[in-house]
Amino acid sequence: MAFTFSAFCYMLALLLTAALIFFAIWHIIAFDELKTDYKNPIDQCNTLNPLVLPEYLIHAFFCVMFLCAAEWLTLGLNMPLLAYHIWRYMSRPVMSGPGLYDPTTIMNADILAYCQKEGWCKLAFYLLAFFYYLYGMIYVLVSS
Amino acid sequence: MLGCSLECQSSFSLLMQCRNFISCLSCWFDSCVCAFHFTGMQHGEYVNNQASSAPSPLSSASDDEEEEDEDEEAGVDSSSTTSSASPMPNSYDALEGGSYPDMLSSSASSPAPDPAPEPDPVPTLASAVPQPTKMAKPFGYGYPTLQPGYQNATAPLNSGVQSSSPVYSGFQHYAQQYPGMNQLSSSLGGLSLQSSPQPDSLRPVNLTQERNILPMTPIWAPVPNLNVDLRKLNCSPDSFRCTLTNIPQTQALLNKAKLPLGLLLHPFRDLTQLPVITSNTIVRCRSCRTYINPFVSFIDQRRWKCNLCYRVNDVPEEFMYNPLTRSYGEPHKRPEVQNSTVEFIASSDYMLRPPQPAVYLFVLDVSHNAVEAGYLTVLCQSLLENLDKLPGDSRTRIGFMTFDSTIHFYNLQEGLSQPQMLIVSDIDDVFLPTPPDSLLVNLYESKELIKDLLNALPNMFTNTRETHSALGPALQAAFKLMSPTGGRVSVFQTQLPSIGAGLLQSREDPNQRSSTKVVQHLGPATDFYKKLALDCSGQQTAVDLFLLSSQYSDLASLACISKYSAGCIYYYPSFHYTHNPSQAEKLHKDLKRYLTRKIGFEAVMRIRCTKGLSMHTFHGNFFVRSTDLLSLANINPDAGFAVQLSIEENLTDTSLVCFQTALLYTSSKGERRIRVHTLCLPVVSSLADVYAGVDVQAAICLLANMAVDRSVSSSLSDARDALVNAVVDSLSAYGSTVSNLQHSALIAPSSLKLFPLYVLALLKQKAFRTGTSTRLDDRVYAMCQIKSQPLVHLMKMIHPNLYRIDRLTDEGAIHVNDRVVPQPPLQKLSAEKLTREGAFLMDCGYVFYIWIGKSCDNNFIEDVLGYPNFASIPQKMTHLPELDTLPSERARSFITWLRDSRPLSPLLHVVKDESPATTEFFQHLIEDRTEAAFSYYEFLLHIQQQICK
Repeated sequence: MAFTFSAFCYMLALLLTAALIFFAIWHIIAFDELKTDYKNPIDQCNTLNPLVLPEYLIHAFFCVMFLCAAEWLTLGLNMPLLAYHIWRYMSRPVMSGPGLYDPTTIMNADILAYCQKEGWCKLAFYLLAFFYYLYGMIYVLVSS
Repeated sequence: MLGCSLECQSSFSLLMQCRNFISCLSCWFDSCVCAFHFTGMQHGEYVNNQASSAPSPLSSASDDEEEEDEDEEAGVDSSSTTSSASPMPNSYDALEGGSYPDMLSSSASSPAPDPAPEPDPVPTLASAVPQPTKMAKPFGYGYPTLQPGYQNATAPLNSGVQSSSPVYSGFQHYAQQYPGMNQLSSSLGGLSLQSSPQPDSLRPVNLTQERNILPMTPIWAPVPNLNVDLRKLNCSPDSFRCTLTNIPQTQALLNKAKLPLGLLLHPFRDLTQLPVITSNTIVRCRSCRTYINPFVSFIDQRRWKCNLCYRVNDVPEEFMYNPLTRSYGEPHKRPEVQNSTVEFIASSDYMLRPPQPAVYLFVLDVSHNAVEAGYLTVLCQSLLENLDKLPGDSRTRIGFMTFDSTIHFYNLQEGLSQPQMLIVSDIDDVFLPTPPDSLLVNLYESKELIKDLLNALPNMFTNTRETHSALGPALQAAFKLMSPTGGRVSVFQTQLPSIGAGLLQSREDPNQRSSTKVVQHLGPATDFYKKLALDCSGQQTAVDLFLLSSQYSDLASLACISKYSAGCIYYYPSFHYTHNPSQAEKLHKDLKRYLTRKIGFEAVMRIRCTKGLSMHTFHGNFFVRSTDLLSLANINPDAGFAVQLSIEENLTDTSLVCFQTALLYTSSKGERRIRVHTLCLPVVSSLADVYAGVDVQAAICLLANMAVDRSVSSSLSDARDALVNAVVDSLSAYGSTVSNLQHSALIAPSSLKLFPLYVLALLKQKAFRTGTSTRLDDRVYAMCQIKSQPLVHLMKMIHPNLYRIDRLTDEGAIHVNDRVVPQPPLQKLSAEKLTREGAFLMDCGYVFYIWIGKSCDNNFIEDVLGYPNFASIPQKMTHLPELDTLPSERARSFITWLRDSRPLSPLLHVVKDESPATTEFFQHLIEDRTEAAFSYYEFLLHIQQQICK
């Protein structure tokens, strides 16, 4: 049993995924608040927009780590989400600051529903990923 | 004897069996409904809960919320709110959602009124408002109403069944009249069409064979199929229209009909008659805050049942007294309950701050380009003429700013001998040179100074060499100036903003103007204007944009400043004071209307609808604050809105749905007022009824709005495809489900017969056309108009009206203000209707064309145009001379009558046959073929092809 770079990657990914789960929960709550009229869309977008890039970067960061560690299967599992993030950020509305959400369109029922769905899907993905990384870490630690 | 008893027994057992069977069946149905519409049942239960338990935890929770809201509202002044301090006061919802201290305290002291007993024994009062169908009916009774709903809901699952044995209620009438539909069985009888059948709206029309599809007279909005009492009370279709006057019961049914569901609003329309109500307590539902309206039901003298959430409310003591008849005890005769459009004068509960005064700021471009165009003369003259007519009271304030590459402020403080100009050249960090009080001055105290300034302005910059335009910084300065009060900013811009924040680059490629492929740059290039507009909206400031430019000015980006701050946009392409005098005259007339029309400040509009329906998307100029609340810094009588709706829960337990818009605003006299419109529509469960109630004009306007969104978010070709698909889908859905005529023909119900024509008109409209050279700004402006125009004006822009005017007679004429206005029949928009012997008037909303045929009668030319013959008519003619002949009088009174019906004065072009100007006229003949687009007949064939695919 040895502490390899792969094991380190999994450990790091485990921690970061925990953070991402919090991001996803925050996202879901925020959109729920919008839907139930508790918050002003301008305020809500102002709080959500700065969090978009960190989330994407964290995810991209451990993708790169897995690449370095040559964990191809894990990387492959993460590629769709990475591609989705890149696509999502490329097709964002015209904005001067960082972020995705535009207060003038966010209240559109379609967009709101999409964002909510996106939040739940991501939460599910991160949760599954969390356990997968846990398994991966133990597996690497045990097998090497 | 024995036989008899046996018979009795057998009949009894039969009865038992029957009953067993029925209860079994209804159980089965019930469980099915449960399975398929779980949410629907939940809804019913929820309503029951609310109605049946005394102060239920649910209602008390909502009361708590209200109280919290109120606290928040109170906290605005002391700025001790717990929520993070946002520039936008958080309590708008509370404002319109409203606090209601009287009711709250009374509810706290006394428990909520008794629940409504299941079958309401108490008859409704004289207004005879029918009770919405009860939630829990005895099985035997509820059974027939459940069935169609069930059928519709499940049909998509086994779609094979629907074509073989369609069972649609309400079809019996037509089956007899039109033998082609005999195969339709209508076992369930005319459920909803009983009261007044509309056989005409469902008459099948073979589109490819009907040559004259356009009626000769203007098309009126269809009347909802309600009973006579309700119909009389219903909101005028001019203010409030729904695309489907029969609301489908379920989303599944709506999806099957393939028609858009939405509302078209014109809430602040100029009204000749409006009941204004002053009372201490404005009666509203305690749970959903709906204003009391003609469609509520009075359970007894002291209680009324909300028609949106079905909660039973108390009638307050004050409401028992009727000020109109001076009688007591007749709450159902109060004006609120007799009129579906009312205006309340609101108390201080509806205010966040003392009502603001009317504040007007004019921000004027004075760069070389602007001076060259010469609009300042027109503007200053209009302002001088209308200075006394500006809506407002003694507190009215006004200010002026001009800008080129620097920003100029004008100190008009009372007591100065002449206006003082202050120049701020630091456009990167704009600041106000003096306190706002001296820049925005009281109109009456500084009137002389203002007049001096307006007289001097047109000549102040005649020798300017400054070509730059710092619009962005000027708007930032205007925002700073306005933010303490809020109000209206009118911006006049003549070119692309070229320096400072918000500068724009030219994005239009002139070679792409007539491209059939991609039209780019329909969206904004920067979010600077949008962000600024949101800031303005937060400070109750609306920005109206007047763009007078001959070159590309990127309206797509500039328009954002007005779109999100609830302003309006005016565009005068190729404006020039001397070269284009008709434009200048139009600006002058438009400004007169603009300056003197009603205005409402710091407004919010909330749209409520019966439980089960929900708002999907809003269209218009505003900022959406929450799911059903629009924030409107200003509201003007020419603004229209559209709302897409979706059916979230099945409407099986109600036969009527209601929509209510409440517009809370500060009038120019500093009064807080609420204008409430309520619309009531029937719910239907069969597809045939849904088609019978289509309001095709409203549907087309809603589709146009949706298409604008689509072209900005996706692409123009997508939007065009979506428009064509809208026709294809709805007609094929109709063909496959309702009409069972032969499939080779293109059949539409009579209510939808104009749908393909209007969609074709939309495809050829400036906003969506391809292949014809269209300047980007013109296209974007057309899109802005679609978004913000009310239905009446928008329809003329989409499908112009064509009249023959060389043979006007007094037949069928109407009398308006002692003038006889002839009413010529509508002609279809096709060159085949244009005869060389005639003269035609085309009314395109904001422009009139008079086309004179080559061999037009010389008498007409002489009597109306004042020229001896066709050859002597000039190429450019924009006025009809005032001649003292009968034909001239008739023509002029007709044109004046058309003109008076719209807010902006239309341009008039007299177009001679075979002159170059005819191309523009012929572009509007939408039934004809052009090199880039289908003719109407080809379009129909195209649709038919698509359906058969």
